[in-house]
Amino acid sequence: MAYSDKVIEHYENPQNVGTLDKNDEHVGTGLVGAPACGDVMRLQIKVGEGGVIEDAKFKTFGCGSAIASSSLATEWLKGKTIDEAETIKNSMIAEELHLPPVKIHCSVLAEDAIKSAIADFRAKQQAKKELAGAAPSATATASAE
Amino acid sequence: MHLPIYMDYHATTPVDQRVLDAMLPYFNGKFGNAASRSHVFGWTAEEAVGHARETLARFIGASNPKEIVFTSGATESDNIAIKGVAEFYKDKGNHIITSVIEHKAVLDTCKRLEKQGYEVTYLKVDKYGMVDPDDVARAITDKTILVSIMLANNEVGTVQPIAEIGKITKSKGVLLHSDAVQGVGKVPFNVEQMGVDLASVTAHKIYGPKGIGCLYVRRSKPRVRITAQMDGGGHEFGMRSGTLNVPGIVGFARAAEILIEEGEAESARILSLRERLRNRLWKELDAIQLNGSPDRRLPGNLNVSFSFVEGEAMMMAIKDVAVSSGSACTSASLEPSYVLHAMGIGDDLAHSSIRFGLGRFTTEEEVDYVADLVIRKVNKLRDMSPLYEMHKEGIDLNSVQWAAH
Repeated sequence: MAYSDKVIEHYENPQNVGTLDKNDEHVGTGLVGAPACGDVMRLQIKVGEGGVIEDAKFKTFGCGSAIASSSLATEWLKGKTIDEAETIKNSMIAEELHLPPVKIHCSVLAEDAIKSAIADFRAKQQAKKELAGAAPSATATASAE
Repeated sequence: MHLPIYMDYHATTPVDQRVLDAMLPYFNGKFGNAASRSHVFGWTAEEAVGHARETLARFIGASNPKEIVFTSGATESDNIAIKGVAEFYKDKGNHIITSVIEHKAVLDTCKRLEKQGYEVTYLKVDKYGMVDPDDVARAITDKTILVSIMLANNEVGTVQPIAEIGKITKSKGVLLHSDAVQGVGKVPFNVEQMGVDLASVTAHKIYGPKGIGCLYVRRSKPRVRITAQMDGGGHEFGMRSGTLNVPGIVGFARAAEILIEEGEAESARILSLRERLRNRLWKELDAIQLNGSPDRRLPGNLNVSFSFVEGEAMMMAIKDVAVSSGSACTSASLEPSYVLHAMGIGDDLAHSSIRFGLGRFTTEEEVDYVADLVIRKVNKLRDMSPLYEMHKEGIDLNSVQWAAH
C-alpha cells in the first residue's frame, strides 16, 4: 500500500499512545471496531473545566492507516471542547492523511471512536447528576450505547 | 548483509546466475525458431528444447519427454489441464473435484466451468490445511472426470497426500491433476510413483525466469487427452500453440537440473534456517500460532499469526523485510485469506498472519536479523494494541460485544 508521508510519520511515531483510567469520572472511553474485522480502536479523553479536553490517549489494533488515524485524532482532540470535538469528521482525517480510498474505513472508525468517547463521558456526567439526587427525570438515563 | 531482505520466495524467486548464463546465448546467437525445420538456426533451437524436455521429464519423474507441454506458466497450465480435460471428456461426465484451498488459477477455472454446466465439489480441509484422501474417494461419482489437488499450499505450506489420492483416482479410473508449483523441487514429487496424470509447474518459483512453465500430460496408462485452448500452429503436440520461448525453456530446464542435483541438500539447509527462525520467535514471544501443518510442510514456509497485531501494520514495521500477509488490509477486497478461513482459523488470527518464505539465498545472518526485528516490532505494536492490554488483564476477547463495522 502506498502511503502518504503523514501516515508513515504517525505510524512510526504515534502520538499519545496509552491508557487513561476508564473509571475516572472525567474520562470518556470509546472502543470501536472488532478483531474479526482487523481493527479495534480505543480512544480516551480526559475532560477538564469548561468541557475542555485536557488529554487524549489511544490504543489501536489495525493497519498503518488505522494507527495513523487514531494518533491524529488524539492530537486534534487535545485543547478542544467536547462540542468542538464532536464536529471532527472522518473526511477531515482522511484528507489530512491522504488516505487511499480503500482505507477511508479507518477514518470512519476514528470518527466513531471520538463520538463514542464523548458519549461515554456525557453518560458518566449524567449518571453523576442523577446520583446527586438532582431530580432525575425518567428519560435522562445514560445512553452510551 | 544487504537490506531489504527477501523472505517472499513463495511469490517468486530470483533467477539463479547459472540459469541466466544458460539462457543468454539463446537471445541472440542461437535465436532460431524451434519450429523452423529448414535450417541450422531452427535445428539448434529445437535441440535445446528437446534437451530441456528430457530434463524436465526427469525433474518430475515422467517417463516420456513428450509428456512435457510448454506453457506461459502455472496459471495457463492449470487452465489448460482443467478446461482441456473438461471439454474433451464431457461425454463421459461433468463432475470435477478440487479443494477449497487451491490457487485461484484452479478455483476460478472451476467456477467458470460451473457456469457452463459442470459440477464441482470443493473438498474441505482440516485445521492444518490437509485434504483427506477418504474425502476424495467419497466424492467420486460415475460422472467424475477429474480431481485437482495441489502438491503444496502457497500460503501455509501444507504438503498434500498426493500419492494416497493418486491411488484412489487410479483405482476409480479418474484423472488426477496436481498444481505442483510450490512443492516441486522442495519436497518429493514423482508423477509415476504418485499416480499423477497432469501436473502444472512454473520456472519462476524454482529460480528460473518468469513467463515459462509446463504442463505434464500423461501419455500412457492412461493416455490423457485434452482439448487445446488456443488455436494456431499446432505447437506442443497440438496441445498449446504459440512460438516456443526458447531462452525461457532453456532457463527453466537449467533451474530444474540444479534442483535435481542439489534440491535435497538445499531443502535440508532451508529447513534448518526456518527452524532457527521459528525457535527464536517461539522462545521470545507469547501468543503466537503456527498456521499449517507442523510436520508436513514446505521447508521454507513459516506462516505465523502474531495475536493482537495486525498483519499490514506488522509488514510496515518490518519494511526492510519482504514478507506477505493473509490480512485483508493488504488487499482491496477487505476479506482476509480464504485459505486460513477454510482451515477454521478465526478472522482475528487471519488478520494477524505473516508468511515468511525462505529460499536458496537466505542466510543465517538474515534469519537472525529478521528474528530480532520481528520480536522487537511485535512487542512495540502490542504495546499499542488495546487487545493485548485486554488479554493481559485476563479479559476473554470472545466474550466482548464488539461494535463490528
